[in-house]
Amino acid sequence: MSVETRIPDSKTKSNVKCYHCGLVCPSDSIFIGEKFFCCQGCRTVYEILEENNLCQYYNLNSTPGIRLGEVNKDVRFGYLDDETVKRQLSNFSDGTISTVTFKIPSIHCSSCIWLLENLFTINPAISNSRVDFLKKELSVSFIEKDITLRQVVELITSIGYEPQINLKDLDKKVKKETDRSLYLKIGVAGFCFANIMLFSLPEYFSGGKIDPSLRSFFQFLNILLAIPVFFYSSSEFFKSALSGLKHKIVNIDVPISLGILTLFFRSIFEIITIGEAGYMDSFVALVFLLLVGKLFQKKTFDFLSFERDYKAYFPVSITKSSGTAQTSIPLSKLSKGDRILVRNQELIPADSILIDGHGFIDYSFVTGESNPVPKQSGDLLYAGGRQVGGAIELDVVKDVSQSYLTQLWNTDTFEQTYKSKITSITNLVAKYFTFIVITIATIAAVYWFQTGPILAMNAFTAVLIIACPCALALSIPFTFGNSLRILARNKFYLKNTDIIELLAKVDTIVFDKTGTLTKSQDSGIKFVSINGKRDFTDYERKLIKSLVHQSAHPLSRRIESALNGGIFTNILEFAEIPGRGIEGIVDDHHVKIGSAAFVGQETCRNNGTMASVVSISIDDQSRGCYQLENIYRPGLERVIKYLGNLYDLALLSGDNESEKSNLLRFFKDPGYLYFNQSPMDKLEFVKKLQRENKKVLMIGDGLNDAGALRQSDVGISVSEDLNSFSPACDAILEAKSFPQLINILRFAKTNMNIIIASFTISFLYNIFGLGFAVRGILSPLISAILMPLSSISVILFATGSTYFFAKLKGLR
Amino acid sequence: MSAIVVLIGASLIVAVGFLFAFLWAVKTGQFDDKYTPSIRMLIDDKEEEEKQKR
Repeated sequence: MSVETRIPDSKTKSNVKCYHCGLVCPSDSIFIGEKFFCCQGCRTVYEILEENNLCQYYNLNSTPGIRLGEVNKDVRFGYLDDETVKRQLSNFSDGTISTVTFKIPSIHCSSCIWLLENLFTINPAISNSRVDFLKKELSVSFIEKDITLRQVVELITSIGYEPQINLKDLDKKVKKETDRSLYLKIGVAGFCFANIMLFSLPEYFSGGKIDPSLRSFFQFLNILLAIPVFFYSSSEFFKSALSGLKHKIVNIDVPISLGILTLFFRSIFEIITIGEAGYMDSFVALVFLLLVGKLFQKKTFDFLSFERDYKAYFPVSITKSSGTAQTSIPLSKLSKGDRILVRNQELIPADSILIDGHGFIDYSFVTGESNPVPKQSGDLLYAGGRQVGGAIELDVVKDVSQSYLTQLWNTDTFEQTYKSKITSITNLVAKYFTFIVITIATIAAVYWFQTGPILAMNAFTAVLIIACPCALALSIPFTFGNSLRILARNKFYLKNTDIIELLAKVDTIVFDKTGTLTKSQDSGIKFVSINGKRDFTDYERKLIKSLVHQSAHPLSRRIESALNGGIFTNILEFAEIPGRGIEGIVDDHHVKIGSAAFVGQETCRNNGTMASVVSISIDDQSRGCYQLENIYRPGLERVIKYLGNLYDLALLSGDNESEKSNLLRFFKDPGYLYFNQSPMDKLEFVKKLQRENKKVLMIGDGLNDAGALRQSDVGISVSEDLNSFSPACDAILEAKSFPQLINILRFAKTNMNIIIASFTISFLYNIFGLGFAVRGILSPLISAILMPLSSISVILFATGSTYFFAKLKGLR
Repeated sequence: MSAIVVLIGASLIVAVGFLFAFLWAVKTGQFDDKYTPSIRMLIDDKEEEEKQKR
């Protein structure tokens, strides 16, 4: 094995990058041979790969690795030995071989694929592993008697790809089979469409001089090919039309089904009785195009999840402590009265009482309150808080699903089905359309009945055929489908196309503050002097940065990221007193950072705000404070100002009023601002607006907004990192696209105009065709030309104009 | 005349064969992941060959 030494002097290699993960190595980095590593974790992964001849990993991409930090082999995967957990996780198991699919968010390059698909070289008990890059999923098959599920997970974790296993995976009763029926239906319809076209051409181009026996041969083939299209491919439309009629709703599939039925049976009738050509080619073309439209609309973003609830955020396993023994149990088995252990950065899974240890709880996800609060033993801790600092012991007092945060999911907001939100514009049009078409058809039939019943029948069916709203039905999928793609390019991802229509109807916008209007992690710091003392010198800043570098406390992290410059690495007598502060000797100076009492100086509170203040003393001389300020998203002022002119605005913050004065800069009217809002308050606020007949757009980011996001007409979740958690919502907006919000909302409104224009085009074609139909002279040829022509021109118009207006509105 | 009937029959049989090949491919999930194979094919297994030579 290679020799390891530590390079004492940090200046010689200030810009060395870790061979594994590419981060700049700190001064005390580790190296093997020529290769430098930033931490033990990266080095360990490298050693595992080297041992198994898997170093090609580093040749495919430079520094592909994922930083592991410290390697901790603890009991946290113990729950995977539980039989029920195993059964719930595995897709398939026959007693010898078991297959499991993991979600691994850290998959990001071809090296990842290569390494994860070569797992069998590290452990031969793994028979097969397959990566789905877009879904960021790995499915592993392994031999059960040679390796356990837990060992598989530990193996994958040890090379830096920790799978994301959450409660939701364990919860699902039935594994969802991917729905491929639409592809199959399109395949069948497309095949029959092409062949029927081929067999219909001789009829159209021969000018009637075709050999009669050949002609009936072609017609026979056409019927044969049309049968699977009628019974298989078009079944969706019939089903949807029937279910609509059952609920007394005339949806767009009703006139479509009418058209399809008439086309099919009239063609069969004409071919068999009078040997006419029939409309089989129009029929299959119609079904084929409609199915393609459905496919185009069905675009989904595999790497995003719009359905997450607290179960996706909470840990799967809990460390239960009984006496001195600690066991890892699945969260589902946690019950009232259990004694549990929560370590640094772990979540509190259920409301519980603090028994032992210094609680320092970050509730930012629950309340939006950004600063951790200290807790003493005997205090009640709410589920969803994150412990910062040392391990604490808790007694669970409420079940997981009954806790303060999670009971939000027990409200009726989460029980109503999603569909109830939608009354689509197409279905509105379809209702009148169907009625008018049937009226015209009847009038035509009555008129021609005097001449002859056959002619009346012809006119009646011809009207139904020509009025079949193919182009109408295609305008929505292609307009919205294309807009969905355009918006996705602008980092705004919609759950489905219906959301665009809902977005266009919105008249009230409700914002969350923390994480939505402010950047969640960053904050600026401002020096506040005490007794008129001057600001810190660069040297003093370096001392401060060196000390906070040692601490994992969120305030320390924020101060460190806000200060520029280097650090001293050698710190003596470092001590962190939870809830109070940190101290240590840096470069022979005694530095204390923390609460005013801890540092021993008076509180600095100069402008009456309640923003977090950190006091600092150097060599027991009080020096002043840093006040931490929220950083608002760039472009916020413009967005709020613009939207304020068009929409009613409101801001709901779980935080205190400390930012009120800053927010007034943007919102102007203090009546818009609401502070100290609990998750339930937010939900009720949205409900109240809806009772006033407002269409509400909620923009939030955390679990505390989950209720409001769900209740609102459209819920948008703002996310810094698409791989991280975002609550259930209708759309996800990537944080850096926040200024685009104006353009997105304008574009949604334009979309409705494009739809109306497309409808008009398709109506014009319908009226033109009806001219032939009511006169009883609709020939198969006219129908065969008119139907695809109208459809294709609507498709071109819809896609073309969405592109054009997207550019015009400043979207990419 | 009858030649064309035979030929069309033959061509249809071939075409139906391809249709079923397509349906089979969809059903066995070959179109489920359309992205990863495009990366996977670019990774060459040169190093494994070298190992075998040794």
